[in-house]
Formats: sequence, C-alpha cells, structure tokens
Amino acid sequence: MRALHIRLQHLFPLGELTEQRPDLGFVTVPAAYLRPTLLHLRDREGYTHLVLLTAVDWLEEDLFQLTYLLSNRSTGCDIGLRVKFPRQAAHMESIHDLWPTAATYQRELREMFGIDFPGSPRLHEEFILEGWNDIPPYRRDFDTLKYARANYNDRPGRETHDPEQHMKQQLYPDGA
Amino acid sequence: MALYTPDRSQYPAKKADGTLDIDLASGKYLKLWQGPNHPGITGNMSVELTVCGDEVVEGKTHVGYLHRGFEKLMERRSFIQCFPIVCRICVPEPDFNEYCYAAAVEDLSGIQSPERANWMRALILEMGRINSYLMYLGGQAGALGLGVIGQWTTYARDLMLDRFEEMTGARIYHMFILPGGVRDGLPDGFDQRMEETLREIESTMKDVHDVMFHNAVFKKRTVGQGVIDPAWLDQYGVTGPNARAAGVAKDVRRDQPYLVYRELEFEPVIGHDSDIYTRSDVRRRDLLMSVDLIRQILAKMPRSGPLIADMPSMLHWKIPRGETYVRGECSRGEYGYYLVTDGSGFPRRVNVRGPSYTHAMALLERMIVNINISDVAALMVSLHTYPPEIER
Repeated sequence: MRALHIRLQHLFPLGELTEQRPDLGFVTVPAAYLRPTLLHLRDREGYTHLVLLTAVDWLEEDLFQLTYLLSNRSTGCDIGLRVKFPRQAAHMESIHDLWPTAATYQRELREMFGIDFPGSPRLHEEFILEGWNDIPPYRRDFDTLKYARANYNDRPGRETHDPEQHMKQQLYPDGA
Repeated sequence: MALYTPDRSQYPAKKADGTLDIDLASGKYLKLWQGPNHPGITGNMSVELTVCGDEVVEGKTHVGYLHRGFEKLMERRSFIQCFPIVCRICVPEPDFNEYCYAAAVEDLSGIQSPERANWMRALILEMGRINSYLMYLGGQAGALGLGVIGQWTTYARDLMLDRFEEMTGARIYHMFILPGGVRDGLPDGFDQRMEETLREIESTMKDVHDVMFHNAVFKKRTVGQGVIDPAWLDQYGVTGPNARAAGVAKDVRRDQPYLVYRELEFEPVIGHDSDIYTRSDVRRRDLLMSVDLIRQILAKMPRSGPLIADMPSMLHWKIPRGETYVRGECSRGEYGYYLVTDGSGFPRRVNVRGPSYTHAMALLERMIVNINISDVAALMVSLHTYPPEIER
C-alpha cells in the first residue's frame, strides 16, 4: 500500500496515507485530481472494482467528504480516495462514464446529502424519498425527531413515559 | 450475447440526453408496473417496464417502499445500541450485517475477537448462507411456475431455523455476533442435530436437482436467457454467484480470507455460461459447499476458550477518529460496512454496501431490455436481489 502511495504521489498531489490495515488505505485527493487519479488506479494499477461511493458530513468543519473505495482483486488491496469540499459548494464531477454503476450512488447522494453531480443520468429523479420538501435528510443538521413531530401524528391513546420515572414506579411503587 | 444486441431500429430513438423517445400516445408502447405487490418481484421494489408488444424496451427499478433510514439512525446511537438493529437491514440473511458491523468496530477500536468466537461466526454465517440459498431456489423455481420446489426448500430452511433457534434463541434475527465476539457457545448435542439437518438438506437438494434442474420447461426458459457479459463485472460492480457464473472466481472468502476461511478447504464454485440456469446451478452447488464447510467447521472448531474479548464499558465506549471498510462474502456477493468514527461515543457515518445495490439497479436495468415480459420475474430473481439492502 505504501509503494502504491509513493507511485501515486509522483503523479498527483495526494495527502498522507492512512493505513488502516496492510490491505486497506485511505488518502485525500484534491477535487480537481479525482478523475485522473481514479483513471490511473483503474487502468494502470488494477483497481478496477468500484466498491462504493458515499459521503460523510463533517458539519463542525463545514465540509463534505466523498469516499471512493476501489479494490484490486489480484492483490487483495483496497484504497479509499477521500475528496473534501465546502458544504456550501456541494457539487462534484460525475464518474458515471468510468463506472456506469456510479450513477446509482450519485443519485442517492444527491437525494440524501444534496450533493450535485452535473451530467449524471437520472440524477433528479426521486430515488427513495417522494415529495421531499426539507433539507436532505442524511445531512447532520437535519433533525429527525423534529421532522417526525412536525409531520406525523401520534397514535391516539399513546402515552409516553420518562423511562427513569416509569421504572422507579414499576419497581418501587411505594416510593421506597 | 445476441440477446442483448437487439436491432435498435425497431425500438424508440434516443434523445440528445441519452434517454429514449417514447411516445405513449402512439399506442405502440405501454407502461407496465411489475411490483411492488407482484408475485414475480423479490420483496418491496418495483420495476417500471415500457413494453412494445411482449418485449421490454426499457426498465427502471424503483425502490423506497421499505426505507427505514438505518444509516441515519445509527449516527444517534452508541456503538452497542447499533448492534441489535443492524441485523434488521437484510431480512433473509441478517448475520452478515452483524458480522460486518462487529468487525468494523473491532478494527477501529483495536479489539481482537477470540479464536473460538471466529469459528462460531463462520459457522453461523455459513448456516445463514444455506438459508438464503434455499429461499432463493424456491423463488427462482416459483418465478417459472415450479411451485413445489419452494415448499421443499422452505421445509429444509425450517430445519435450519430450528438449529438457529437452539443456538441463538431466535429464528430470523439472531443478534448473536456482537462487537468483541459472540454471545454463546454451542448447546449440548448440537453437532448431532446439525448433522441430521445437513443430511436432510442434502436429501432435499437431490430432489431439487432432479425436479428443477432436469425440468424441460425450466431449462427451456433459463438456458441462454439473462446473460451477464464478463466485461460488465467491473463496470457494474457484479460480485458473488452472479460473477462466478460468468466464469470469474470472485469470492471474498478466497480472495481476502476473513475469520477462519484460511483453515478450511474449499474452492469457489464457478460456472461458465452466465445465464439464469448457470446462476441457479452455481448457487445450488455453493449451498452444498456450505454444507461441507459446516462439517469442516464443526470438526475443527475449539470447544473451549473465551467467546468474547475484554470489552470497554459499553455505556462510555468511545472510538478514536478513523475510518475502515470490512467485507464478507454473503450469498449474493460482497457485503461490506464502511464505518467512520470521530472520537465520540457514536458512529459518524455507517454505510452499508449490499450487493443488491448494484445488481438490482444499474445491472438489472441494462439486462431487462429486449426480454419478454414473462421472463422479467425469472431474470430479476436470478440476480438474487434483496431490496432491504438497497435502501437500508
């Protein structure tokens, strides 16, 4: 994994390698160098399998992170490329032409995180949510409880107990 | 391969953005929804078909009928609170969620699960694989009108559920593989009862082989149908039996051995024709291989020793900042968990990589073009997709 990182560093301005296991490493790539790095890994280094593409919301740092995980079956190694960009400029180049299956990931990321991938097929079609009118729900600043209280009614007759008080009453009904 | 290179002049023209120019008002095309409530659909999803006569010219997969937001839920739960909910992500084969979650947490927190626990984990994962394949075989036969196979495999699956029940206390959601190890060892007399179950499953599989795989209708409708070109494997992220039936021996158990698979003797089952029949046959043979693996595991596993590592206090358990990806070979292909931690007591992000995510979306949409409406169910089932792992 270190040898691969050194080879890549000669070509692209990559960050430090985080070696999680001997066969798994993560490295940060500037957004502008993502596509050439992916192409190089796919065509020259044998990392042909796009395992997943997902996002992480670093709300405190005001950043989104996209993780592109690639796998090389012949060496049994995986490399994760991290791309970080500001939450206000949530868009990234589409890679559906490199791996057609990436279009599905990008469609989901647009719906769940609000990250745009211009040019990706069927990007604006609803994937899971229907008629969603709030901020994208997988963002850290989306409050699930508040949304549920505002949009769904409680079942009639439902009671809510404070667990601590309820158990005290059940276990010590006399208040002992 | 001729099946997937149709004469496109017969079909709607493509617009500039690559989508098809389908004029429904012309009466030449018809929209047909297969699912979400349709016997030929696997679980809660639907396929929006555009047909011309009996032929499908376009298919779009729709999910969202089962979205429960597990990935979001887990961000608000402590590491141990996530453990009992992960198994619910995939109903027919829940144990891989438990294993991948536990292994990812262990990887980031530097915990090593004991050897005996690893053997127990391998045992339960292979048992789950048999269950999943038995369910698949019933569905695959049922999609082509062979209803009796489903009854036989459900019987065999029920026997395995009994073994799960005596081992874990539960039949479907076992909640057995927790971070650090497993909950318990084997009950007394388990080996003998498991051997009886395996023999019964082998006997059932012999009947399934005779009745399903030698059936003229089944062969007629599956041989040469639904071919996955080996060149598509990387493009569409195809893994598991779908890839092995195309002649590529992709198997995480062999490529990146986890748990105790280095100590077991097996060779990935492969096929070559890559059609529905071959995929069914690869799964049937893989099931029999799992029967053999269970026998090997029971013969080799240590019977004493710790089942769980020394764990920190579950209430105050914090994991340093980091990220990892852990995978296993489930009955449908590569199952993986991408876990990100930020030093707090909660996961920052959990992403579940289910094989159906790629198989049932981009791959199915490509394969469904140019087949007959009546073959859609057989094709879809042959990819062995479980919608819960698409939408988590």
